[in-house]
Amino acid sequence: MNLQADDIRSGAPDGAPVPKSDLDAIVVRFAGDSGDGVQLLGSQFAQETALVGNSLATFPDFPAEIRAPTGTTYGVSAFQINFGSRPVKTAGDQPDVLVALNPAALMVNYKGLRKGGLVILDSGAFKDKDIKRAGFTVDPRTDGTLKEFRVMEIDISAQALEVAKPFGVSQKEALRTKNLWVLGLVSWMYDRELKSTMEYIARKFGAEDPIGKANLAALNAGHAYGETHELSGDVAPVSVPSVKVEPGTYRLVSGAESLAWGLAAGAQLAGLELVLASYPITPSSPILHILARMKQYGVTTFQAEDEIAACCAAIGASYGGKLGVTASSGPGIALKTEAIGLAIGTELPLVVVNTQRGGPSTGLPTKTEQSDLFIAVFGRNADAPMPVIASRSPGDCFDVAIEAVRLATKYMTPVMLLSDGYIANAAEPWLIPSMADYTPFKVAFRKDPEGFHPFVRDEKTLARAWAIPGTPGLMHRIGGIERDYNSGNISYDAANHQKMTDTRAAKINNIADDIPEQSVEIGEAKGKLAVVGWGSTFGPINRAVANMRAKGHDVSHIHIRHIWPLPRNLGALLKSYEKVLIAEMNNGQMLQLLRGQYLVDAKGLLKVSGQPLKISEVEDAIRAQFASV
Amino acid sequence: MNVQVPAEKLTAKDFASDQEVRWCPGCGDYAILKAMHKSLADMGVRPENTVFISGIGCSSRFPYYMATYGFHTIHGRAPAIATGLKLSRPELDVWMVTGDGDALSIGGNHLFHALRRNIDINILLFNNEIYGLTKGQYSPTSRVGQRSPSTPMGSVDSPAEACVFALGCNARFVARGIDVQAKELGELFSRARAHKGASFVEIIQNCIVYNDAAFAGFTEKAVAADMQLHVKHGEKMIFGKERNKGLKLNTQTFALDVVTIGENGVTEADILVHDEKNKVIAGLLSGLRPPRFPEVLGVIYCDPAPSYETAVAAQDAAARAKGPGDLDKLMRAGNTWQVT
Repeated sequence: MNLQADDIRSGAPDGAPVPKSDLDAIVVRFAGDSGDGVQLLGSQFAQETALVGNSLATFPDFPAEIRAPTGTTYGVSAFQINFGSRPVKTAGDQPDVLVALNPAALMVNYKGLRKGGLVILDSGAFKDKDIKRAGFTVDPRTDGTLKEFRVMEIDISAQALEVAKPFGVSQKEALRTKNLWVLGLVSWMYDRELKSTMEYIARKFGAEDPIGKANLAALNAGHAYGETHELSGDVAPVSVPSVKVEPGTYRLVSGAESLAWGLAAGAQLAGLELVLASYPITPSSPILHILARMKQYGVTTFQAEDEIAACCAAIGASYGGKLGVTASSGPGIALKTEAIGLAIGTELPLVVVNTQRGGPSTGLPTKTEQSDLFIAVFGRNADAPMPVIASRSPGDCFDVAIEAVRLATKYMTPVMLLSDGYIANAAEPWLIPSMADYTPFKVAFRKDPEGFHPFVRDEKTLARAWAIPGTPGLMHRIGGIERDYNSGNISYDAANHQKMTDTRAAKINNIADDIPEQSVEIGEAKGKLAVVGWGSTFGPINRAVANMRAKGHDVSHIHIRHIWPLPRNLGALLKSYEKVLIAEMNNGQMLQLLRGQYLVDAKGLLKVSGQPLKISEVEDAIRAQFASV
Repeated sequence: MNVQVPAEKLTAKDFASDQEVRWCPGCGDYAILKAMHKSLADMGVRPENTVFISGIGCSSRFPYYMATYGFHTIHGRAPAIATGLKLSRPELDVWMVTGDGDALSIGGNHLFHALRRNIDINILLFNNEIYGLTKGQYSPTSRVGQRSPSTPMGSVDSPAEACVFALGCNARFVARGIDVQAKELGELFSRARAHKGASFVEIIQNCIVYNDAAFAGFTEKAVAADMQLHVKHGEKMIFGKERNKGLKLNTQTFALDVVTIGENGVTEADILVHDEKNKVIAGLLSGLRPPRFPEVLGVIYCDPAPSYETAVAAQDAAARAKGPGDLDKLMRAGNTWQVT
């Protein structure tokens, strides 16, 4: 139901030139120093764009350093947005417009620009030393580096300084209004309303703050500059009409927001208060920040001393009868694994959110990857199964979070929810759901002492009774040592360990009966080729498959949400295609999982670059599959 | 949640679970367990409102033998699990049982944070200066020279001191007892429970198999009176068979000296009075070690401060004062647009 995203250039037949007037979608990339406020610029532009009713997808792409030395390539922060009048499914393969606030931003980004695309430069930032520092030997404006592009040079720095002067702010503060000056200009180019940004500035600085006034003036000045200067026809204001979508109330939402809201919604549907215990880590921390402000929604947050403590505190909360949640990213998840094993052994509900990032070890903290599938499904000592589900887009995190809470509480098990850095930071228009549309799944704590022991199970789900401290007559002990099937007491008995191991596995496997069968997103349920994905690769795969089908290829898109257990029909479904291609941002983890589970001869489109999959890459891989028939 | 049950008087037996106790015969843990059963009955607590949480090691089997709620968790992490429980259920009595390896080695970080955060849990650290369950390796509290399977030539590792550590973490309640001193232990348990905030009790515990008699120098009957100082708030720090020894502040060194009343002009007036709210005194006392000094027992420090879960609950309550939040409204706040 969520709007997904798209790239404009893929709609054309293979190899055909794209008509310049085809402005049903445009990709703009803003780039500058990490202190230039590029992320704010991008997200405000996205907000304005959403409000005129365009479909859009964003891709914030920033370094791990908070303020890297100015002018360096590794300090470049970028924000890409794809917006259009038809459903947009990705942040776009290739920018049409690049705004480069310094030479380093140009260096890092110009090669990705579409041939014939527009480069807007801050010429005030192109001093010799800046050019050298960015790694250019000669000024790229003069040596033909940019000959394939249209270039518009504006001394944005000088403009910003001039505009801010009357407000008496420091030179530094004046220069920092550059981002809003650019926002004004680009808003004029695409006919966006400045109102939401003006409101934002008023909220952030208050009406009287000189810095706020300077920023507001810069925004208006950038807009006026577009209006009054005789800019080339290429940048005359373009109106991108609004997209046709399902009726309702929409907003922009990031993955971190909708995930946090989904957790709170899930807890509400379960009739539980939520306790989030987390340790700061990129790119997971926004979940902690958002939930920390949601106390009135039955949420308590706890910033623990480390990742292990965070997981353990969440387990302690679940033991006490709350919904324990811990959120982290790869290295943090690795630290939590022993505690997750405890929750599996003691059969307590727990939601573990893993916002995946590039690895191994510290890896690429701010870049996206899908390489934690193995640790999610298998990464614990012993036979320790737990459900794993993955979100496919920012808005989808809401439903996936609710599903994680449902499974955790119904089956008394930890659940791992896989998101990633791209989903967490990216924003998309979202048809806001209503809580009334969700069926509650109220938890019933055990109260009756008759026939009670802590591992007495529901016959159907095999979930054990949840009896919480404070309940008279149900005092009991649980722990990490193997428990007797019939009493819950410590047991080292051989046959009992076999039975408990089998029961733990059966409980999780049975969840396959409680989740939807695997559906096909686009195309037939059998045929020549299925492209299979999971998580944030949804957009590029979906658009690529649609494009290739439009060109007459027999190809389908299958996207897996429930990764463990897998949907009951998935094996048979995959075998109904001649070929199966798994597209994922890791070195073949889903590929191995599906090959191992179903003995299908699947091939992989595997990408581990810290960047999202591109539509063109999926199309190329599809072509290669057909070529190799 | 808490159903009011008619308060029939419970006995020690009512706090013992039906599980067979599996410690080695003669282990000091038996005495501590017995003291706890009796102490809880004396305090008149309800077993359903009492939870024992432990880590890994011999001591951490403790919850299985309590007829209360219990959770035997993973190595070193009991403070974190107890924190999560207390945070979400402040009305429960949460006890934590740990050992020297569990608390001061693998779990040192969590112990530090539970103490400085001052969350209202009662932490009992059974210190036997050895790893028992893994068959006798030296522990972080073992003394230099301790021979063990992992230190055949004797440990060269400088030991941690539990009460010094706890004070360094800004614990607001620090006490020490001995496994077999049931009456004193019972009093410490009662004080620990009454103290709102993290309570830290080190219990000197004899491991009969791997480190027997490690504490004989101050626990043996023949030397006990001369080698143990039982401190009490407001009372002079006097000890010894003749009750003529005491601790005196040396104003030259700012350290404590053992003195004998009636010798070298020392009178009872020179002996320091214990003030459990005085952190300087607590610091001096907690660092004293036999044989040069007596082993200091009792409540060394108790100076309450607001507890963590109370402050968290107050913020939660303040945020909820205007009634429960409406998710539908939250998601529709800010910039939205209609599509018709």
